[in-house]
Amino acid sequence: MIDQKFSAVAGVDRPLPEPRASAVSPVASSVLGPINKFFEWFGDLGIFFWRVVRAAVTPPFEFRELFRQLDEIGSMSLPLVALAGAATGVVLSMEARYSLTRFGAKSLLPAAIVFSVLHETGPIITGLVVSGRVGAGIGAELASMKVTEQIDAVETCAVSPYRLLAAPRILACILVLPLLTLAADASGLLMGWVAQALVEPLSFHQFITAGFKGADFNDFLPPTFKTMVFGLIIGLIACFQGMRTQGGAAGVGRAATSSVVLSSLFVILADVVLVKLILIFFP
Amino acid sequence: MNDDEPAREICMETIDQVAVKREESEKDGTAPAIAVEDLHKSFGSQKVLNGISLAVKRGETLAVLGRSGTGKSVLLRLIIGLEKPDSGSVRIHGRDLAGLDLDQLGEIRMKMGFLFQHAALYDSLTVEQNVAFPLQHHKKEASKSEQSERVRQLLAEVGMAGHLEKMPSDLSGGMQKRVGLARALALDPDILLLDEPTAGLDPISAAEIDDLVLKLQAEHHMASIVVTHDLHSAKTIANRLALLNEGNVVIEGSFEELQRSDIAFVREFLGHSS
Repeated sequence: MIDQKFSAVAGVDRPLPEPRASAVSPVASSVLGPINKFFEWFGDLGIFFWRVVRAAVTPPFEFRELFRQLDEIGSMSLPLVALAGAATGVVLSMEARYSLTRFGAKSLLPAAIVFSVLHETGPIITGLVVSGRVGAGIGAELASMKVTEQIDAVETCAVSPYRLLAAPRILACILVLPLLTLAADASGLLMGWVAQALVEPLSFHQFITAGFKGADFNDFLPPTFKTMVFGLIIGLIACFQGMRTQGGAAGVGRAATSSVVLSSLFVILADVVLVKLILIFFP
Repeated sequence: MNDDEPAREICMETIDQVAVKREESEKDGTAPAIAVEDLHKSFGSQKVLNGISLAVKRGETLAVLGRSGTGKSVLLRLIIGLEKPDSGSVRIHGRDLAGLDLDQLGEIRMKMGFLFQHAALYDSLTVEQNVAFPLQHHKKEASKSEQSERVRQLLAEVGMAGHLEKMPSDLSGGMQKRVGLARALALDPDILLLDEPTAGLDPISAAEIDDLVLKLQAEHHMASIVVTHDLHSAKTIANRLALLNEGNVVIEGSFEELQRSDIAFVREFLGHSS
């Protein structure tokens, strides 16, 4: 008797409401269903983010796992990011040369390449390449751990999976994205100059001097550091999709795919907002 | 507003009385190590557990039997807090799991060992690292050599002393379960939950696991719940058996009591299992 009262007061034993007959027509429910799922996904993501933040700011800290992830996400992504940055630099150089020559502004070519690479192509290419490589990797790894009950095993060992698995990966993504952006910027500028120099003699010194003439830190720092937001998006979505997956090998595949698709999409959407904010706060 | 105050006072007194009663029972050791009361759990429209109640004392082993899909594994997951019940309560050493945050739940889980059906070893870690995992996170005061010594001792206890450097993928199913058992015992728990410890094993390996569980029970004197389909295994390692059907306990007692039962489902289950 006492136990029953205690449970009722504590809200433990509260009976579930009886399921009601649906008052919504099948057509309306087919429309409302996806909308509900959409908002449910954001709600779950918000709860997941809060748990990760709480785990990340309270001890014990998983430094060893963080360093492992910095290596895995950072140094392993470096060649791919540098290659993508280099290819973008070459394409940008060829396209800009063609356009600017047509409009009689060929002298602006180094500045056009430098500004394009630093402001936009370097950061966004880094974000997209990392969301492809790292998003898929984290999503598949955590999903595989989830379906084989390894994440449950972490929990039964009284270790928080948010602290051990999610927080170091997300933090590593946030920290390495600006560094990888520097690599993409450097290789993009270098190959942009090479593409120019192959058409018309131009020293690297001349290219850089002309390119950075009139540029200041506001052209370099805000676009580079905005990639920390890309890192947060990539790490958060990949960990979330991986740790909530269900259903064997198919679930692992779905988690990897959705991690890449959603993180790429949200990186692009975030870029729109961030570019506007940078233009407002760093004119 | 004022009308509610006497009622609230009565409720607070009731809560205090219950808390005192539990504390007393914990202190004098009469509280069961695991107490499950009127537990309900559904997944969507599928009702899995329908008001199940069980209690297991320290030193006792309860085998939970039943057909596939009757919620045996879900029951274990509820007991260790991997799932939340729709209603009802799970108490570990008198402490209700409901309303605990992750850190508080972690404190309770440190007293519990869990062997998963497929062992759930961390596939990127070696056998040694798998068993060392709970120690590295919860026995930080122990030196590396002390942790390593404890890992070797645990692996020797489950007959896996020579396999320290192997990866889980290099082990057979029975060996993986032994390593899983060593990991479950790493923090010296006083509650052990085993999910199908002999499933998928040949009869010799299954008998070895049964002997191992019996030996560990005798040495560690834990409260254990073993979920199994294997009636022979249940008979060997458990003091009591509970047979589940449609989310509830049909019968609970010794193997002989189950044999003497007139309940049609019990007779059918034992008939097909023998």
